[in-house]
Amino acid sequence: MTRLFHLAARSAWNRRATLGLTLIAILLAVTLLLGIERLRQDARANFAHSVSGADLVVGARASPIQLMLYAVFRLGEATQNMSWEAARRLDAHPAVAWTIPISLGDSHRGYPVVGTRANYFEHFMYGDREPLRFAAGRPFEALFEAVIGAEVAARLGYALNERITLAHGSGGIDFAHHDDKPFTVVGILARTGTPVDRSVHISLEAMEAIHLDWQGGAPIPGLSIPPELVRKFDLTPKSVTAVLVGLHQRAGVFALQREINDSPDEPLMAVMPGIALSQLWEMLAVAERALLAISGLVVLVGLAGLVAVILASLGERRRELAILRAVGAAPREVFMLLALEGLVLTLLGILLGLALTTLIAAGLGPWLSAQYGLAPLSILPTSQEGCWLLLVLAVGTLASLLPGWRAYRLSLADGLTPRL
Amino acid sequence: MTATADAVRIESLRYRWPGQTQDCLDIPHLAVAMGEAVFLHGPSGSGKSTLLNLLAGVLTPSSGHVRVLDQPLTELSGAARDRFRADHIGLIFQQFNLIPYLSVLDNVLLACRFSPRRRQRAEPARATAARLLDHLDLDASIWSRPATALSVGQQQRVAAARALIGRPELVIADEPTSALDAERQQAFIDLLLSECRAAGAALVFVSHDRRLADHFGRELALTELSRTENAT
Repeated sequence: MTRLFHLAARSAWNRRATLGLTLIAILLAVTLLLGIERLRQDARANFAHSVSGADLVVGARASPIQLMLYAVFRLGEATQNMSWEAARRLDAHPAVAWTIPISLGDSHRGYPVVGTRANYFEHFMYGDREPLRFAAGRPFEALFEAVIGAEVAARLGYALNERITLAHGSGGIDFAHHDDKPFTVVGILARTGTPVDRSVHISLEAMEAIHLDWQGGAPIPGLSIPPELVRKFDLTPKSVTAVLVGLHQRAGVFALQREINDSPDEPLMAVMPGIALSQLWEMLAVAERALLAISGLVVLVGLAGLVAVILASLGERRRELAILRAVGAAPREVFMLLALEGLVLTLLGILLGLALTTLIAAGLGPWLSAQYGLAPLSILPTSQEGCWLLLVLAVGTLASLLPGWRAYRLSLADGLTPRL
Repeated sequence: MTATADAVRIESLRYRWPGQTQDCLDIPHLAVAMGEAVFLHGPSGSGKSTLLNLLAGVLTPSSGHVRVLDQPLTELSGAARDRFRADHIGLIFQQFNLIPYLSVLDNVLLACRFSPRRRQRAEPARATAARLLDHLDLDASIWSRPATALSVGQQQRVAAARALIGRPELVIADEPTSALDAERQQAFIDLLLSECRAAGAALVFVSHDRRLADHFGRELALTELSRTENAT
């Protein structure tokens, strides 16, 4: 066996240019496969952890996925709100530890504005039950104060004490501005890798205040209430988009969910965020699976190239095989010699691909996460990746048998005198 | 095996390629004594290569017996024949005898890699290989060079060194000089004969060129040995 390894290595080294290129193809294919698998897993985990700590998300009755889209991802427009009365009843419920009301509808240069309460910064959690942290500043206290997410701050170049105006509606193009009531940035949140990074947070009262002189989505003509005077009005919100609910005891979640869903006063809906998020992910998973399938095909193409290169070399190596037979090599050793080449190259491709993926994850991960708000890529391979790699090795091994088998047949037919 | 045994003994051997209607070889009797140098003359197409493959145990006869060193090759399994060939037979081909990616020295030592017996008999193997190469007029400066860097004449002499290392009892040479010019042909044969004699190996030298037969103890014609009619 060692003599075969020695010969296979010397022979491969002799053809290092072609084999090297083939190895690079396999290495890159494996890196692609691992990279996509890792992104996929991380994106899924990231997605599932967009909100944690909340046991229920409550909103007006609609589809659970829709509720998730606006309550967690701040996407789309809520077609119906729930009443403030219902939100207050929920807050007072004995099983409930805390509630975070969320009111949507406005935006700032394309970033959603979230009207909420200061306890948002205390109870909202993401990832593995991680609380929000302030990179700078503090929660809002006065009426026209705002707390912005990390991405808003980075992209728009905002620092503390920046004066910003909000726009009505959630479109990227702002057409109706609340420019008579500017806000001051008093806090910037640390990056979370969740939609929080893209949000501008203000108090529910401020949300009410900027809409005092509005009706039906447009300013009331001739009526303008200056910011100094809004305190004279009742700023209690009339409705909210959704409420995140934390319970004293998680065990009570099903009972409360049923109670809310059966609520006689108002058509409400309570969903468990984990379940709804995974339903939502399943909808998005088609693209992710297509990517995985493509990278799988790329690996197959790489292995096919490997087999083609080894088979092509066989034509030139018939004389070499006859010499080996002459000095006493058995046909099965000729088989092994050729099969070993494919096997070792596949193995090398896998190991180098794994190394490159790790290098990219470690070197590029922090940059990616800073740039795109992704959670940092995991550096260590998962067991799922291990399964993929074993599969690649198995396919590579099977593919390597082909040149081995061909060499075996050739050396039996040729004997000591190859017919060239 | 006894000292008086033949290096090669063939009895009523027939060989027919699969799918053919006529025998390629039909040799009633052929014997080569230990240490004997035999010139086997055969024009192309007379079944020289087939006989060579049969003697080396790569092919098995359709009927009859091939004994090498008193060992009936037909009674050995394929793997055992491969081991037997590695241990007892040195082969030299017409040309392209060397593995291109191995150095001259490694090409010679290749025979020892596949045969522990020959490695043991050559011990210390590297020194023995060096001595053989030196005897075959190959300068030490080329020993570590790749085989492809050598002239055809040098390559054939390296092949001879590989066939002789570890003192196999039988050396089979298949047209080893046909790629050489006339002067070098004779020089190569002289070297080969003297080294075989020194190693005590029997030599079966196959060629279509009768003029080379002078230095051999015995000359045989394959066309006379074999009763096949298609031999031309």
